[in-house]
This record gives sequence, structure tokens and C-alpha cells, in this order.
Amino acid sequence: MIENVWLITALPLAGFIVIGLLGKRLGEKLSGIIASLFSAAAFVVTILIFMEVLAKEESARKIIVKFFDWIVVGKVNTAVAYQVDPLSLVMTLIVTGVGSLIHFYSIGYMHGDKLSAKYFAYLNLFMFSMLNLVLGSNLLIMFLGWEGVGLCSYLLIGYYYETKEAGDAGKKAFIVNRVGDFGFLIGIFLILFVFGTLEFSELEQLAEGHKSGEMVIFWITIMLFIGATGKSAQIPLYVWLPDAMAGPTPVSALIHAATMVTSGIYMLARLSFLYVKSPETMMIICIIGALTAFFAATIGMFQNDIKKVLAYSTVSQLGYMFMGVGAGAFSAGIFHVMTHAFFKALLFLGAGSVIYALHHEQDIRHMGGLRKKLPITHFTFLIGTLAIAGTPLFSGFFSKDEILWKVFNYSPAIWLIGATGAAITSYYMFRLYFVTFYGEMRYHEHGDHKVHESPLIMTVPLVILAALSLGGGLFGIPHILDFFHMGNLLEEFLHHSVSDSSVVSHGASTEIAMMAMSVILALVGFFISYKVFFKGKRVPGKDEEYSGLPKTVYNKYYVDEFYNIAFVKSIYHAALILWRAFDVFVIDGIVNGVAKLLRNLGGGMRETETGVVHDYMMYMAGGLVSFFVLLFLFFL
Amino acid sequence: MGESMNLMNITQTHYIVLSVLLFCIGAAGVLIRRNAIVIFLCVEIMLNAVNIALVAFSRGLDQNRGEVFVFFVIAVAAAESAIGLSLLILLFRQKKTLDVDEINSLKGNL
Amino acid sequence: MVESLPILSIITFLPLLGIPVVLLIPGKNHKFLHGMITLFTGATFLISLLLIPAFKGTAAGFQFVEKINWIPSVGIQYFMGLDGISIYLVILTTFLTFIASISAYTAIETRVKEFAVTLLFLEVGMIGVFLALDLFLFYIFWELILIPMYLMIGIWGGKNRHYASLKFFLYTLAGSTLMLIAAIYMAWQVKLQTGQMSFSLLDMQALTLAPQVQIPLFLAFALAFAIKVPYFPFHTWLPDAHTEAPTAGSVILAGVLLKMGTYGFIRFNIPLFPDATVALAPFMSGLAVIGIVYGAFMALVQTDVKRLVAYSSVSHMGFIMLGVFALNEEGLNGAILQMLNHGISTGMLFLLVGMIYERRHTRAINEYGGIAKKMPLFAIYTMIATLSSIALPGTNGFVGEFLILSGGFLRDHFLGIVASSGVIFGAVYMLWMYQRVFLGKIVKAENEGLVDLNFREQAILVPLVALIFAIGVYPKYMLQNFQQPVKTLIELTASKMPPVEYVAATNGADAKKSEDAIDDGAHNPDTKDVNPEHSGGH
Repeated sequence: MIENVWLITALPLAGFIVIGLLGKRLGEKLSGIIASLFSAAAFVVTILIFMEVLAKEESARKIIVKFFDWIVVGKVNTAVAYQVDPLSLVMTLIVTGVGSLIHFYSIGYMHGDKLSAKYFAYLNLFMFSMLNLVLGSNLLIMFLGWEGVGLCSYLLIGYYYETKEAGDAGKKAFIVNRVGDFGFLIGIFLILFVFGTLEFSELEQLAEGHKSGEMVIFWITIMLFIGATGKSAQIPLYVWLPDAMAGPTPVSALIHAATMVTSGIYMLARLSFLYVKSPETMMIICIIGALTAFFAATIGMFQNDIKKVLAYSTVSQLGYMFMGVGAGAFSAGIFHVMTHAFFKALLFLGAGSVIYALHHEQDIRHMGGLRKKLPITHFTFLIGTLAIAGTPLFSGFFSKDEILWKVFNYSPAIWLIGATGAAITSYYMFRLYFVTFYGEMRYHEHGDHKVHESPLIMTVPLVILAALSLGGGLFGIPHILDFFHMGNLLEEFLHHSVSDSSVVSHGASTEIAMMAMSVILALVGFFISYKVFFKGKRVPGKDEEYSGLPKTVYNKYYVDEFYNIAFVKSIYHAALILWRAFDVFVIDGIVNGVAKLLRNLGGGMRETETGVVHDYMMYMAGGLVSFFVLLFLFFL
Repeated sequence: MGESMNLMNITQTHYIVLSVLLFCIGAAGVLIRRNAIVIFLCVEIMLNAVNIALVAFSRGLDQNRGEVFVFFVIAVAAAESAIGLSLLILLFRQKKTLDVDEINSLKGNL
Repeated sequence: MVESLPILSIITFLPLLGIPVVLLIPGKNHKFLHGMITLFTGATFLISLLLIPAFKGTAAGFQFVEKINWIPSVGIQYFMGLDGISIYLVILTTFLTFIASISAYTAIETRVKEFAVTLLFLEVGMIGVFLALDLFLFYIFWELILIPMYLMIGIWGGKNRHYASLKFFLYTLAGSTLMLIAAIYMAWQVKLQTGQMSFSLLDMQALTLAPQVQIPLFLAFALAFAIKVPYFPFHTWLPDAHTEAPTAGSVILAGVLLKMGTYGFIRFNIPLFPDATVALAPFMSGLAVIGIVYGAFMALVQTDVKRLVAYSSVSHMGFIMLGVFALNEEGLNGAILQMLNHGISTGMLFLLVGMIYERRHTRAINEYGGIAKKMPLFAIYTMIATLSSIALPGTNGFVGEFLILSGGFLRDHFLGIVASSGVIFGAVYMLWMYQRVFLGKIVKAENEGLVDLNFREQAILVPLVALIFAIGVYPKYMLQNFQQPVKTLIELTASKMPPVEYVAATNGADAKKSEDAIDDGAHNPDTKDVNPEHSGGH
């Protein structure tokens, strides 16, 4: 089966082509079913391959399957080839598994949208790109997937293309991603320059020959990390993600929570053998991750759009993943990728369910009291909230805790930022939960649009994801809690695929203390939220009521406005001036100037053509005389 | 009886000088005069000046080549006058003036 | 069978045969005339396709050579030949002319007969340029295209056509005259060194010229080509010419004529003046990179969609020239491939612009908005062309651009980095244009009645789409043809260049180890089972 790994990407691609060409004729329902089935089929294939790989012994779990040569010129020697190993399998399972659930969910969510065949086609194309990204055996296939998901992101965010919002958001996503891709490309070129190959397996071998801390390794890793900040929405390139909420909610769940945004962490894990050789870069990654985690969490505290809260929450959680990776705990980062995929997709789909039930209302100030009306949505959303807050036994607890523990060992200062962020996370998530589901129902039901629970096709994925959010922690039980002696399944599975440079310099007692600390922080956040929003039944105020620091935070610290002036407008105006003053005035001025000069020259010479014969005769006489004079002088 | 007048001999030089003078007068007239017919007359003067020079040299070199050439010149001058004057008549019919400075339809400097 | 025919001459002059045929058709018969043009350009295209199977990709030197003594007293021959670089350029030419002729059915409605003659004549010149190996012959074909193009822009063009066509004509002509002088000088040098005057490229290549002599000659040739490419700052004729030309004219101008400039650099400048090439390569590369960024900036602020695409061409040609003057395998192969890619994608963009122009007769971006709703197919095709233009992996544009940037970076890190920023700006101006034209709500009432693409329009777009993805997914088919001539070019220049350090080592021991590792690691992991190496750490 492993040789047939191409099926995993070919199935969604086939779905894209079929729906793309026949979508109009198939209609929305059939398109959705076809797309979901192709996606699910990919998942099945993945499972089969996974089992096959599991059956192999640890050292034989890296299989590279080559299909055909792609670009073979000079140093660029890349093929379309996939690398089947634990890391790529974990990612593929997440992408196909969660992805398929979201496909099915979408059938319900997009119901009524006549043009949604296009949506499903794009969704399948996205799966194709993302799977290429995680399965590629070289940097170029990864980049193909990387840009491919960027394209699909653009297409899906801009799905409601008639609104300016969606068009702007899609364009912003693509361009900000491209800025990151610029860094990625430079990283690729540097790798070509230094190593002469783009294959991961070859790079791993060659990297051995380089010492830790070399300048080139630093630059390679930093440039690639810039690419990661674009795709995974870290500072400074996170600004596209909140705007991306303009797309349909399942898109937000799939792309901007579970899969695409985790590409950066995957890339770092894939190249972990390189990153562990550059401690400086790792420090930078850890710091940026922590800052992003904290920064985004603070913004999330004040947002009133259910999706925006989740968006900033995603940025924040991605920050945690980078923190873990930066501290050297690559598998911890991947663990959090997995658990985050479960609970964030759950939260987004839950939000989608609420939005669907309330006929596309997204402002939590107009929600409330939905607990009884949307029982399944409510219950699963609660589970998701508990998971993300880091409640013990839920998956989020295990993954986030492992990261925080490793970070604490790496740098207590950074840990502090992360821990504070965790408290804030708990606060704003419960704020969201309470305001949305408790209190009075502020939504006005009109006519026969009563508020009721979403259809099964939407709630079943919710339940599945809830189960995973609850039980997902089993994959990464830390040693000190390992009462059933399961071992840290994920870490062991990934053992040979990713490097690990994390250190543990404190003992088990410290670890337990830190664990308790995390729980306490989560509880603090919960209690504040509970007090204000549950007991106090507080509803966030209208936009005009904000002022001072809260207003700044509510307005995302005006970062978007800053970028707009500093980059967008300044480049545009600079270009405009360059065009008018230089291209038109100087360069074309010279060209037209030459033409004018010649014309004037000609004009000047034309003055001799008076048409008066006498003048001509004068010229002739003059010429003759001067000729003779010169002749005379010559002969003297 | 009086003194015998010291008459110079009329040598070749005198003829040449006459020729040159006539040529210059003719040339000046061509360049200066505005009336087309006068210009033609001046051109004739120039041609005749050349004739005088030819005859003088022919005699001086004791050849009759120059004199024969004179006949050619006279014939050509006559033909050219005929054509030129008829062109002039046609021109006068169009432009109603014989002032050459007024006839500048081929003016090229707009 | 193909080898025994003078196939190159047939391809070059077949359109010429169409001219008397067209002249016999009454001018009112537009349909028939258009059909005739399509017939002849189509026939030329099909015959040019015969070259592909007959071409030996791995053989060095020129194939299908035709050599006849023309003017022996000055060494001018009718010398035509084909190699890996020119074969696809010729096919691109015949293909685009064929497509352009179909696109003109509804675009050209006045003086169709004259248009037919003009187009056919143009095709002769274009094909000849890519096949001529005698410098005088090359010059003839080079100048031959000026008059038809001038007529095409000047008669069937837009509002400002007279200015644009004259500018194009005089600018290009002025640049070429120096090239002629340089060519004559070279021919004379051949006479001095071998006793026999000759304009043949091969004879000139065999010359030994001092570097000080090479540089002014290089520049003389470079001026002519630089104007054609167009190289910054000689680019200002392009926006006017492209904008004012009729659709068929723009497609051919962007798709083929610009390639004549880049082709000239590769075919003449590098082999004839290798020392000068190496010496001036940094300067030429730098100018190319300026063109990339400058062209992108200019495109950003345009309000006329055709002008925007025109400036984007300036930017793209900058990429190609960067690849050329990187003087390494990646850069040169990438540049040649990108020449073809640009012809396809920008040709497609101009076709699309032409289609919308025929409906609304305006090129102003702010006259549109939201038309994706009325013309969804058109929106999709434009998106595909856009993606190819901004080099999305999977499209042809990516393969070329990636190779070029790799080559450029390997040659000069700084230039490579600056050039790579072009990927950002490319996305910016194209996506912004796309949004303003297609997305959002329809604001102008005139856009409500827009009709989507008809069969004929789709018929000419589909092959281009197919090529975009075919080359994007499997470029090997084309790239393998370029390898041989590129290798030859590199051999000519490599010896004169300072060696490039491919490994940045911290100490000697590491350098040695890494070099060995590179040698080992250079082959493909063709295996299904690879024993994994231990990852570092733990």
C-alpha cells in the first residue's frame, strides 16, 4: 500500500477536477458528498499506510516513494516524491481525518448556497495542496503545497466574493503569505547554495557535517522561519488570519485552525535536524512564539465576534507551538498541533453551528442563552473550551503542559510569558463560552426562523471532535502521570523523524509543581470569567463604549492601520511618484526630448527653405565663392 | 597738327576685363534685381560676357575652337530664353506679379 | 523525411505564400479573409510541429541547417539552423500567430485584407529571426518585422496609436543600426583573421577578439537587444506600444517580439563576446533586477489594465535577463524556459484583455468591478493566467522563475534576494487588479449586460491553459532540449569567471567532508526503502 501513497493526494485532486468541471450539473449537495467521499477515501488510505508503517520496526519507518522527475537542472534536482515517515503520517492523519469531518460538516453548513459546488472544489484542492506539503520528500514539493494552500486560502476566504471584506481578506492573506514565502525562497536558495540538494533525507545526512552555530545555518533557519511566520500567523505576519474569518466558517476551521496554519511548525519539525544546529534561531523562534501567544491572547480578551475570538486564539495557540519548537521540543510542538487541530476545529465548527442556527449572526453581544436551544453544540463547545484552557485530562492539558514544561527548562522568563498567556486564554475562552451560551437570549428570533440545533451532519463531526479533544491526550502522556505505563506514544513514534534538543534540568517534583501551576492559572482565568460573565451576567458593551487601553486592545493595537500606512500606502505612493516623476518625466522625457530636439533641429534648418529663388541663388553664390577662396588658400 | 594720341593697343587683357566686368554686372543683377525679366536680361549679359571671353581667348591662342563654342552658347541661350520667357508668362498668369521675391510657393519653413 | 526537406525555409516562408492568395480575395469578404489567415498560420504551425519529433535533443550544434551562398563577395549567406534554444521559440511564434489570427475575427473589422498581409509578413520576419545564423540575414529579418508591426499598431490600434507606433518603430530602429555596424566590423575581422569575409555566426564565433574590443561590440549588440527586451531604462516604448496595439498585435508583441531581444543576447552576445559577457554580467544582471522591481512598481499604479500587463512584462523580462546573465545552468535554462512561459501566460493575459475590451471598449480598471458574477468562465481563465504570471507552483511560471532565482542567487546573493522580492510585488499588483475588476459588487450599469466567453474564445484559451499546467507539472520534456546549448554557452564563459564557492565551511575539515557529501548526495533517492539516518539530538 505504501507505494500507492500517491492516492492520498490524487483522490482530493480528482475530486477537485470532477467537481470543478461538473459542479454546475452536480449541484451543491452532490458536490459536497463527492468531495467528502474523496477526502474520506484519502483518510482510509492513510490509515492503511499508517498500519503498514506501524508494523515495521523503528529504523525502517522512512520510505521515500518517487514518482517522476520534476525539475532537474544543475543543482536543482527535484522529483515529485513523497516521504512516508512517522512525522508525515501524523500530519497526514490529522489533515485527512479532521479534513474529512469538516467536509461532511460543510454539506450541512453550506446548505442553501447554490454555488457551493465551487466551495467543495476548492476544499478538495486545498486538501491536495496540504497533503503535498506534508508528504513531500523535498523542499520544492513542500513549497508547492505551501503556495497551493496559500492559493486555496485566497480562494476560500474570498468565497463570498461580492463583499469587499472577503475580497480584501483573501488578497491580504495571499500577499502577507507571499512576504513569508519570500523568506522561504531565500532559505531554499541558501540550502541549494550550501548543501546542493533539496531532499530532506539528503539534507539530514549533510547537516551532520556542519557545526552548531554556523552563520549559514543561522541564515537558512531564520529565512525559513520567516516563511513560517507568514503561513503560521506569527508576529509580524499574523495580520491576515483574523481577516480570514470573512470566509465560510468550516474554512476557518480547516484551514485557519487545524491544518494550513500548522504548516510552519511542520516545516520546522521536518527540518529539525537543521534547527537544532542553530541555537540563536531557536531562541528567536521561542521568543516570537511566546510574544505572539501573549499578544494575541490579549487581543482575544476584547473581541466580540465569535470567530475573531477564535482567530486570535489560533494565533495565540500557534505561538505556543512555536514556543515548544523553539525550546527544542519538536514533538511537543507537533503534539500540540494535533490536539489543537481537534479542539480548535471543534470550536470553530461549534461556532459555525451557532452562526448557522442564528442565521449568520456572529456578534456574541447578540447571542446568549443558547445552552438549551443548541444542546449538542453547547456541550461539545464546552469540551473544546475546557480543552483549550488546559483542563486536566483533556488533550489540551497534556500538550500545552508539555510545551510549558520544556519552555520552563529552557528559559523561565519565556515560560512566564507563556504561562500568563495561558491564564488569559482560559479567561477569554470562558468569556466566549458564557456570553454565547448563558444568560438571556439577546438574539431576536423572527418568523419561522426559530433557533434550533443543527442537523446531524453537522453535529456528528462535533461529537467526534469532542471525543478526540477529550481523549487526544492519551497520545502524549508524560512520564510522571503515566500510571498505566502507556509511554508517551507520540514522542516515541516521532522519535526518529524529528530531532529534540530540549533539556530537562529540573526534577519530577518541579514538573508536578509546574503542572499544578498551569492548572491554577487556568482556574484563575476561569474564575474571573465566571465571576464577570456568568454570575455577573455581563455582556460586552457596544463599540462606542470602549475607551483608553481596552479600546486600543479591542482595535488590535492598530497594527493593521500601521501596516497599511507604513507599507501599503507608502509603497503605492512611492510607486506613483516613481511613475509620474521618473518614468514619465525623466525617462520618457528623454525619449520624447530627443524627438523634440531633432524636430527643432529640423525646424531650424528648414528656415533656409524660403521658397524665394534669390535666397537660393545667394546660397549658391556664397558656396561658390567660399569654394574658390578655400581653393585659393589651399594652393598658397 | 596736334600730338598723336597715345592710344593703347587693345590687347586680349582688355577683352577679358570687359568680360569679367560684364559677368559681374550680370551676376549682380541676377542676385539683386527683383523683376524676373530683368533677371533674364542679366543672365543674357552673363552669357554674352562668357562669349566675349571665349572669343578673346580663341583669338589669343590662335584657334577657332572658342569661336565655334560661342555659336553653341548663342544657340543654347536663345533656346533657354524662349522656354524661360514662356514659363515666365505662365507664372505671371498665375501669380499676377513678376517680383521673384513674391513667388515662394515652395516655401519649406511653414 | 523531415531532414531531407528545407524545412526551416518552408516554415519561414509559408506565410509569404499566403499573401498573394489573400490579395486575390475581395476586401469585403471578412470571414473568408480571416479564414485564410488562420489557414496559413495554422499550416505553418502544424508544419513547425513536425520539428519536434525530428529534433535530436541531445545533439550539439545546429540542426536542419540550410546554407546557400548569397552574396559571396561580402560573405553573406542564407544560413538557417535550429538548436534547442530556437526550436521552441519558433513553435511559440507559429502557435501564437495562429491563435492571434483566431482572436482577430471580431477584433479586426476594417481593412481586413491589409491586416492579413501585415500579419503574414510579420510572421515571416519573426520566424526568420529565430532561425537566421548569418548576421546579415538576421539583421534583415530583425528589421523586417518593424514595418508590419508599425502598421498594425498605427492602423488598427487605440486612440494614441500614431505616437505609440512611431515611437516603437524609431526607438527599435535606432538601436539596431549600431548592431549592423558592429556586425559589419565583425565580418571584416573575419576577413582579416581568415582571409575570407563572412557574416556567418559560426565563423564569427571562431574569432579571437581582445577583451577591449569585445566590450564596445558587446554594447553595440546589447543596445539593439536591450531596447527589444526591454531593459530598463530603454523600456518606455513598451507600455505605449502594448497598450495601443490591437489584441493580436499585443499578443505577438509580448509573446514573440520581446523574446527576440532575449534570444539575441543568448544567441549572439554570449557566444561572440564571452570575455565581455563575463565582465559586464554584473552590470547587466543589476540592470535586470532593477527592471524586475521597477516594472512591478510601475504596474502597481496603472489604471489601464493593458498598461498594467505591459509593465508586468517589463518585470518578467527582468527575471529572464537575470537568468541569462547568471551564466549558470539553472539561470540559463530557467531563462529560456521562462521565455516560452511568458509568451504563453502574458499572451493569454492580452487575449483576455482583448476579449473584455471587445465587450466594453474600455481598458480602465475602474470601469469594471464585480464582473466575475456575469462572466465566471472569464474570471477563471484570468485567474489561471494570473497564477501563471505570479509563478504559483504547479504552473509553468514557477518552474522558470524558480530556476532563474536559484541561478541568480547562486551567482550573486544580493541580486538574488532583491529579485526574489519580485514574487511579493507580482502578487500585489496582479491580485489587486483582479479584485478591482472581478470581485465585489457590480457598480457600473454597463457591466450588467456582459456576456461570458463564447466557444471560439474558449477554444484559443484552453490550449494555453493546458500548456500552463503541462509545463508546470512536467517541465522536463522541454528542459532537456535546452541542456545541450546551455552547456555550450556555459563552457564558453565558465573559464573566464572567478570560481564560485559553493560550500561555506567553517574550517577545512568540514569543507572537505561537505564536498564529499555533496558528491554523494547529488543523486536521486530513487529507492522505495531508504535506511534512515539518525536525526541529531537526544
